Amino acid sequence: MSDIFIHARDLCFSYADEEGREENPALQNFSVDICRGEYVAVLGHNGSGKSTFAKLLNYILEPTSGELTVGGLELSRKDLSDEEILNLRKNVGMVFQNPDNQLVATVVEQDVAFGPENLGIEREELRRRVDYALETVGMTPYAKHEPHRLSGGQKQRVAIAGILAMMPQCVVFDESTAMLDPGGRREVLDTIRKLNREHGMTVLNITHYMNEAAEADRIIVINDGKLLMDGTPDQIFAQRDALHEVGLEVPQCAELIHALRDAGVPIDGETLSSPEACADLLQKAFTKHAK
Amino acid sequence: MKGISFGQYYPANSVIHKMDPRFKILVAITFIVATFLCRSAVSFLALLCIGIALILISRIPLRTIVRSIAPLLFIIGFTVVINIFFGTGEKLLLEVWGIRIYAEGIWRALFMFLRIFVLITSTSVFLTYTTTPMDLTDALESLLSPLKVFHVPVHVFAMMMSITLRFIPTLTEETQKIMNAQKARGADFTNGSLIKRVKALIPILIPLFSSAINRATQLADAMECRCYHGGEGRTRLNVMKWHASDVVYMLIGIAICVGLVLLNQIQLGYVMN
Repeated sequence: MSDIFIHARDLCFSYADEEGREENPALQNFSVDICRGEYVAVLGHNGSGKSTFAKLLNYILEPTSGELTVGGLELSRKDLSDEEILNLRKNVGMVFQNPDNQLVATVVEQDVAFGPENLGIEREELRRRVDYALETVGMTPYAKHEPHRLSGGQKQRVAIAGILAMMPQCVVFDESTAMLDPGGRREVLDTIRKLNREHGMTVLNITHYMNEAAEADRIIVINDGKLLMDGTPDQIFAQRDALHEVGLEVPQCAELIHALRDAGVPIDGETLSSPEACADLLQKAFTKHAK
Repeated sequence: MKGISFGQYYPANSVIHKMDPRFKILVAITFIVATFLCRSAVSFLALLCIGIALILISRIPLRTIVRSIAPLLFIIGFTVVINIFFGTGEKLLLEVWGIRIYAEGIWRALFMFLRIFVLITSTSVFLTYTTTPMDLTDALESLLSPLKVFHVPVHVFAMMMSITLRFIPTLTEETQKIMNAQKARGADFTNGSLIKRVKALIPILIPLFSSAINRATQLADAMECRCYHGGEGRTRLNVMKWHASDVVYMLIGIAICVGLVLLNQIQLGYVMN
């Protein structure tokens, strides 16, 4: 876990306004290290700078100042060659919010092939990759379908397959579940977990859903372009009041434990990330009380 | 709205469906030339037989073909009427109120009708009904690729075409949504004068345009993230392969052309010049 994949030091980014002046910064002195194989959730409310961070990672945006290294490539250097940028984008795949706006072709398998086609992969290898990617996201039966006839969750899985076919080391999900219904969200989250656990990919899930963040190994909270918290879900959810201050909520089960503690009920323990863990805490508190 | 399909592709398992799309385009062009080479009654009769044979070979129901001709009935009718009433010739058949109808005019009207009929059936049998729009785009890109020498951005045009095809259903769905939203706000698209109705479309078009532009920016980002950098060095998942049979069909097409020209020599009935 010590192998650092993303390294940011004092990273700053500002969007320029119409006259070319730099407006209020989207990211300020942002520092974080993310290791290979980690599953990290990036939390923050709208406009907190979390999507900006994602777009910096594969050079859709250029850092204004500070240091940013992704997969050994220093992005804060100003003289990147086209080849280096292509290689970076191959390694860091990005899945966006609206599934409709990231599918290019009129047939599912041709869309999945779009990335590797751009990379100039030979035909046999291309076929193998497309089959592997569709298999991984469970969309093999839909290979010949037209994307616009699929459900939101299925479209988003096709989009993930399109990224997987490039064989990236890291996949960034930029609010990829925000437009989906609960069923579609489950499909996508299960796929994300599978990529991380079974394929060893580094995963960054940018979201504002607490329940989704709870599934990650680590949570980073961004507020107003600054790093606010960094820790395991349990550590983050323990800081309910600080999260409330920046307009974020802890999951309902954690909220319940906090409310009971506020009311003077003694509950020990720190595991707040899943309903099951919270139920355990409550049960222990009850049995202790009964004695 | 989900059931909308672009183009008129009719899935079936025929010889024509299996042809290489590039050769389909070439054969279709040959046929278009052939229809214009016909001059005599005999060659037109042969042309009609070929047209019918094509429909039978392609296994597309006659009803579907008729439906594709329907929108063009006005043009066909117009051509026929013009030729009957205003054509001149030597054999006068009938004269009513100063309008003279000649035998030649009727012949010409018949020939024109056959010409348009075969023109439409051959192009739709070879292209729209038996080839998916995606295949057509790929075939065009491949056929036009020699133009790259003259710096014609063939790949860019093909890419634009396939993205258009991809977004037609998405934007149709969106138009429907916007229309419903505007109706819920009291917009009326069906009543009033023509100008009023056209004006009522503005509140649909503006949100549609702004969303289309938004989609385009997001798609551009997504494409860049997937390493798109133009047509250079790109490989394809599906490579078009032509078979010996495609060449044979092409030769048959050319042979038919030559045959029709030769049939023009049999000057039976009226000969158009």
